[in-house]
Amino acid sequence: MDTSYVENSSDSRRKSLRSVTSETLVARWRAAFPVLRARVHGKPLVYLDNAATTQKPQAVIDAVSRFYAQDNANVHRGVHALSQRATDAFEAARARVQAFLHAASAAEIIFVRGSTEAINLVAQSYARPLLVPDDEILVSAMEHHSNIVPWQQVCQQTGAVLKVVPINEAGEFQFPEYERLLGARTRLVAVTHVSNALGSVNDIARITALAHEKGVPVLVDGAQAIAHVRVDVRALDCDFYVFSGHKCFGPTGIGVLYGKRERLEAMPPWQAGGDMVRSVSFEETEYMPVPHRFEAGTPNICGAIGLGAALNFISAIGPEAIAAHEQRLLSHASAEIQWIPGARIVGTAWHKASILSFVIDGVHPHDIGSILDREGIAIRTGHHCAMPAMQQFGLASGTARASFAFYNTLEEVEQLVEGVRRVQEMFQ
Amino acid sequence: MSREIAGLYQRIVLEHCKRPRNFGALKDANRKAGGDNPLCGDHIDVYVRLERGSILDIAFAGVSCAVAKASASLMTEAMMGRDAVGGRALLQKFEQMVGSGCSEPDPELGDLRAFADVRDFPSRVQCAMLAWDALRTVLYQDLG
Repeated sequence: MDTSYVENSSDSRRKSLRSVTSETLVARWRAAFPVLRARVHGKPLVYLDNAATTQKPQAVIDAVSRFYAQDNANVHRGVHALSQRATDAFEAARARVQAFLHAASAAEIIFVRGSTEAINLVAQSYARPLLVPDDEILVSAMEHHSNIVPWQQVCQQTGAVLKVVPINEAGEFQFPEYERLLGARTRLVAVTHVSNALGSVNDIARITALAHEKGVPVLVDGAQAIAHVRVDVRALDCDFYVFSGHKCFGPTGIGVLYGKRERLEAMPPWQAGGDMVRSVSFEETEYMPVPHRFEAGTPNICGAIGLGAALNFISAIGPEAIAAHEQRLLSHASAEIQWIPGARIVGTAWHKASILSFVIDGVHPHDIGSILDREGIAIRTGHHCAMPAMQQFGLASGTARASFAFYNTLEEVEQLVEGVRRVQEMFQ
Repeated sequence: MSREIAGLYQRIVLEHCKRPRNFGALKDANRKAGGDNPLCGDHIDVYVRLERGSILDIAFAGVSCAVAKASASLMTEAMMGRDAVGGRALLQKFEQMVGSGCSEPDPELGDLRAFADVRDFPSRVQCAMLAWDALRTVLYQDLG
């Protein structure tokens, strides 16, 4: 046993934490991200807003620029060499996503703009034709607006009702209430894998198992999970899984809808146009099989290729190594911030990802954010597009949120803590 | 602490944040207008008692950051007793100071000059203007 953990001095705790993390390894991961060498307001950038968007490694930047410099053409079209190369690269990216999610088939991977579009696609193409008045959609109280509003919209369109699974004061999904709410009228469960505002990690396998007992499919919002935890859609047994490329070190404007093949094949197209049809006449149109049926128009080819490169990058490090390092950052930051007078951590779930939401008595999150920004520290402040969750905690102004990625260091955590301490002193 | 931060959170700003003046709903107000900052969800209500075109009493309430709260607090002090023309003139001077790079703030702004450095924080201009934007509706719609 490492006895230095037992000592009650933060210095020795810091030292022991350091010895666990190979600093050279983190430095090597870090070196792959050019923007992390930037300076803001004359200070080295400390980027702790990874839940909003992640930075891009050189490998992704190179994949994107190489495509435009060497291979650019439209996909699934021409007979010429570049079109073939573009198609191969685009479909290779799809296969890369399939492998990353451990999906059964590449046909289950649909490229969309991001998580939001993926959820809207399922709401409009899966749920809307199915729902009748008084049917129910179940979401949780910790959802991002993007996993609330599309369901509210489809409820308005069909007369269905949105039901909410509560969370406790730690920010944990409440299974007893969930089981009670799962009823004969439940048509779909839509729940986040990791809460963007609280950091809670949900037990998706248990959520899907309970839903499937009642024959109810489950959509999982993986936007905050994809860069931080291992995702195996077959082990989770979810019916739909969505995520955004930019939250896992890939480009913006590209995202993924995973759907079980039998679900997707039963769904009508959402958007119509070119690339999703086999034959068109003015009398009749025959659609392409999945996944192309859901990809109308020229897709974000380069975005998909960049996403493939990003997933390669994550796989090379390994989700387990990423999670272990991020947990060290989270526990160190949590331990230090909770000792700052007047500071309180919001979201204390037993199983958390590397998201640290906090408030300081008498200090508005916006002021915390501005002051830290001038120290070069980037965090997010406000309601984090999760106003219902903030309301539950009585936080009209939201929280300050530091969110870590594998390229963050313990030194950066210490800078954050020092900055927060100064903010608290200033407003004392 | 950086020089800019010291400029944004001057002593008087922190002091008005901790002890805001004219804070809380005004019972005998005959005008009320609200201001929202969708970026953070902050909301400030401004209450005014208008008589014969003059601000006899003014107060504010709501949840907001230090910049918005101190700005609202100092605004109520500066607006007390003014008529429409004087109120609008002050609003214009304040808006000019926080919004543009104009070199010297008008001396008439008095303590409100503590907000001159807000212009170095583009994302905070809306905070400084929150209560003023609410008062603007009163000054322009009701004081004709």
